[in-house]
Amino acid sequence: MPDNDPSAQILSIDLVDEDATISLATRLCGQLQQGDVVALSGDLGAGKTAFARAFIQALGKIQGTPIDEVPSPTFTIVQIYDELDPPVWHVDLYRLEDRAEAFELGLEEAFEDGITLIEWPDRLADTLPVDHLALTFQMGPTEGTRTALFSGHGTWAKKLTSLEIGT
Amino acid sequence: MTQIVLGIESSCDETAAAVVDSERNILSNVVLSQIEEHAPYGGVVPEIAARAHIDHLDRLIAEAMAEARVDFDDLDAVAATAGPGLIGGVMIGLVTAKAICTARDKPLIGLNHLEAHALTARLTNDVAFPYLLLLVSGGHCQLVSVTGVNQYKRLGTTLDDAVGEAFDKAAKMMGLGYPGGPLVEIAARKGDASRFKLPRPMKGRDNCDFSFSGLKTAVRRALDSIGDQANDQDHADLCASFQAAVGDVLADRTKRAMGLFEEQHPGARRLVIAGGVAANKAIGERLSTITDRSGFDLIVPPPGLCTDNAAMVAWAGLERLKLGLTSDMTISARARWPLDSLAGATDKPFTGAKA
Repeated sequence: MPDNDPSAQILSIDLVDEDATISLATRLCGQLQQGDVVALSGDLGAGKTAFARAFIQALGKIQGTPIDEVPSPTFTIVQIYDELDPPVWHVDLYRLEDRAEAFELGLEEAFEDGITLIEWPDRLADTLPVDHLALTFQMGPTEGTRTALFSGHGTWAKKLTSLEIGT
Repeated sequence: MTQIVLGIESSCDETAAAVVDSERNILSNVVLSQIEEHAPYGGVVPEIAARAHIDHLDRLIAEAMAEARVDFDDLDAVAATAGPGLIGGVMIGLVTAKAICTARDKPLIGLNHLEAHALTARLTNDVAFPYLLLLVSGGHCQLVSVTGVNQYKRLGTTLDDAVGEAFDKAAKMMGLGYPGGPLVEIAARKGDASRFKLPRPMKGRDNCDFSFSGLKTAVRRALDSIGDQANDQDHADLCASFQAAVGDVLADRTKRAMGLFEEQHPGARRLVIAGGVAANKAIGERLSTITDRSGFDLIVPPPGLCTDNAAMVAWAGLERLKLGLTSDMTISARARWPLDSLAGATDKPFTGAKA
């Protein structure tokens, strides 16, 4: 599991409500570029899709391409927002069990040309790019609160230290 | 003259072929249920589904044709789902349809999966336009004003999870298995819906949209509050509470849409429910309380035609064929494809739609 990577630095951000999630996603989306991979982990209901939605909508807003709908990608596995630059691939591997067939989804293209947000990245095992930013969401002590744990892997171990995401 | 269309459905987890004629006869309707194959995983495994589409589609089409006692030359067109859905599956069905059309010189009709659901009630119940549609399935949750073939106006949609997805995920969290909808419904029968105070997301809002993500989180919190010792009764109570919350939300949103619909179409008091979740009796009963009160007719196609099937694709193909709305051979499969973007779009190749 990436979370056990000794090179990973852990950074913890408390999210008191949905606005905090949106604000975090807004700060992060401006600092990512083509080829970046963000692995989103956490239990069902922990806020992975909510974060991805906030990220995609924030990027759309910044680029003047409003994106009204970011539906859950659970059903279609992959949703591509190619109106954004670079295109954002919102991937949800929840329904996927056989990692050997993940290549059918064409994710290599995403890893090269886009920003990839992957929910349930553990389904990819060793086909997840080594260089990635991992975000793990945990439910907080009270309703609506969450904690986001950032860790950097590969080149992201270093990049994480220069990321401006603090409140 | 009676027209005959072969329909092919492969947009998600079901592979299906059917032959339907313009007199509303379902000459054959073959559905390869993959649920048994998926059950051990606690969810649908799309890769297995993609392979299953390839493995089974030819045989299913041959079966559908044989059962209908028609030859490819007897067909007036071939209709296939072109999206939205899991792109690998959609491509397999669409390419197969193109191959048949090319070989036998037949018109192709590439369909929006949601349109096929939307028109099913006209096949089964001969419902007249216009009507209000509540489409509730594993991948969708929308309210649509249907005023004609190719005339769809979406009044509301889910902002996050589809309603069937919410059922599946709630079932998974409780360890009930797959498919979640029927299992939650069965468990809920023995449960106390008042035990858990779950939210009614979007209720009372000034639009017709849905949101189920928060409900999923609330189920998680309820489970956490019970702890590791949750027994069958706890799960039954949570299922009942969850189903009641979903029913309330669907009723509230639909009621609002009924008001808007009636303003635009006075006297057209028809509500059609389609999609797999329409098979849930408790949800159906909850919705009938609002239609009864407002004098709306509630039309629900039989369960086998609410879940994904190819008869609905063949029928929607017939409806389009009648109006000359056939597709170009360059039509490509699409993962995202909002229903109300249909008007005028199907005669042209889908440019800029990579997936």
